[in-house]
Amino acid sequence: MTTILHIDWTSCDGRGLCTELLPGVLDRDDWGYPVARGKAGRDRTDVPLRDADREAAQEAVFLCPKLALSLQERTGPARESRKPGR
Amino acid sequence: MSQARDTCQPAPPAAARQEPRLLAAGPDAGWDQHLDTFGPLDADVAAPGLLDALAASGLTGRGGAAFETWRKVTATAESGRKGLFPSRPVLIANGAEGEPLSFKDRTLLTHAPHLVIDGLLTLASALGGASMYVYAPAAGLPRVRQALAGRPGTKRVRVVEAPETFISGESSAVVNMIATGTAVPLDQRRRLSESGLNGRPTLVVNVETLAQVALIARYGAHWFREAGTAADPGTRLVSVSGPAPVRDVVLEVPGGVELSAVLKEAGMDPAPLSAVLVGGYHGRWVRPAAHVLSPVGPVAGTARPGAGVIHALDPNSCGIQATARILTYLANESARQCGPCMFGLPAMASVLNRIAGGERNPRLASELDRLGRLVSGRGACRHPEGTTGLVSSALEVFAADFRAHLAGYCAAPGGVAA
Ligand code: SF4
Ligand code: SF4
Repeated sequence: MTTILHIDWTSCDGRGLCTELLPGVLDRDDWGYPVARGKAGRDRTDVPLRDADREAAQEAVFLCPKLALSLQERTGPARESRKPGR
Repeated sequence: MSQARDTCQPAPPAAARQEPRLLAAGPDAGWDQHLDTFGPLDADVAAPGLLDALAASGLTGRGGAAFETWRKVTATAESGRKGLFPSRPVLIANGAEGEPLSFKDRTLLTHAPHLVIDGLLTLASALGGASMYVYAPAAGLPRVRQALAGRPGTKRVRVVEAPETFISGESSAVVNMIATGTAVPLDQRRRLSESGLNGRPTLVVNVETLAQVALIARYGAHWFREAGTAADPGTRLVSVSGPAPVRDVVLEVPGGVELSAVLKEAGMDPAPLSAVLVGGYHGRWVRPAAHVLSPVGPVAGTARPGAGVIHALDPNSCGIQATARILTYLANESARQCGPCMFGLPAMASVLNRIAGGERNPRLASELDRLGRLVSGRGACRHPEGTTGLVSSALEVFAADFRAHLAGYCAAPGGVAA
């Protein structure tokens, strides 16, 4: 069971509050949007968290002005890896 | 043996081409030709054994993602049964192709609409009576409407027009279009198989996949596997295009076919071709020699068909300029919802256009690579990683041209870098 931080990119406006609350997990990109540190592919939209980061992530979820963040428990295999396109 | 777009002729036997299956009823097949060729199919009779037959057949989605169809169907069926109030699933036939190089789904809807409808009715029945939709661009709709009007059991099938945008066929965009009239992808906190249209378990299936389902429901998994390879069974439709005078053609080819055989079948000599785009704008450039077309297999030597697009690059044109044009198009087709996609793709397009234009700056290539790594995996849909995959294949296949461009000249005979 892993806790993941889901970023809804359609809502996020990139002001970077979450990156301040989770400096070890999230960095800012060229345009101010959060990038998961050390993660690749879809793990940058559904970011796996370490236990130590859970509390700060909880706070980011509450404080994100665009309600773009959510926490999910992931069990078993990762979500189906949808490939580009249809 | 090329055939014009939107027509289908009886196929001469050839290495790359299977006896036609999907288009076997001939051009513009109406209800009578359909029945003459394939015989009747009672959806409710065929439904009970369908899931097992699909699993045994190994059919994968023909819309791009190439998931095993039975797994997708099973996931939707199971979440429909779960919960306090089991909810009736939704089944959507997806005929939106989006990209200019793809026309096989439109061809199929035009010439074999009844086969697609057979698949829709049978799969809906196997899902315990799912609600049914056909989603397709305007060009495909008249024949679909005509086919639906002419046969029993189709009153409940609703038809929705897909807009002509690149992203309109992405499965959550399909659901969004039907629900709200806007064909942009949705953030997916939950899978569509759990919660899609109106919160119901939703299955979006490519129209060719449905036509294959109709054939498997009739003739069984064993028959399906008589074409193709063990790893890539059955046939698939491909949209093949290339430099003039090659005409756009839809071919039905067996799984695991050699890419060069497909090119020859479409009237091209593979030898002088410098590169072929396989899988479409979200696909990859490959050298034509020694690649087989299959969704599975070692990366070296396998070209993934994606949504079945094969496009040969004119030997006289520059691969970097061709890629720059495609990337510019893709950047404009971003649904502009997600920051990394909305800002990142135009930034990539601008760098690649500078390289294509002959700017002498060795740092541009690494900047392109950095931007690609920055945007991928960060969007509500897979547009960013589909796009960066294409660009990274260009960096690989056209590596020599990149070096030439960055040194201020273009190696292609017809290319101009300056
Ligand atoms: S706090 Fe919310 S809106 Fe701001 S950058 Fe983070 S996710 Fe985006
Ligand atoms: S990733 Fe791009 S194309 Fe996909 S939903 Fe976001 S902005 Fe639109």
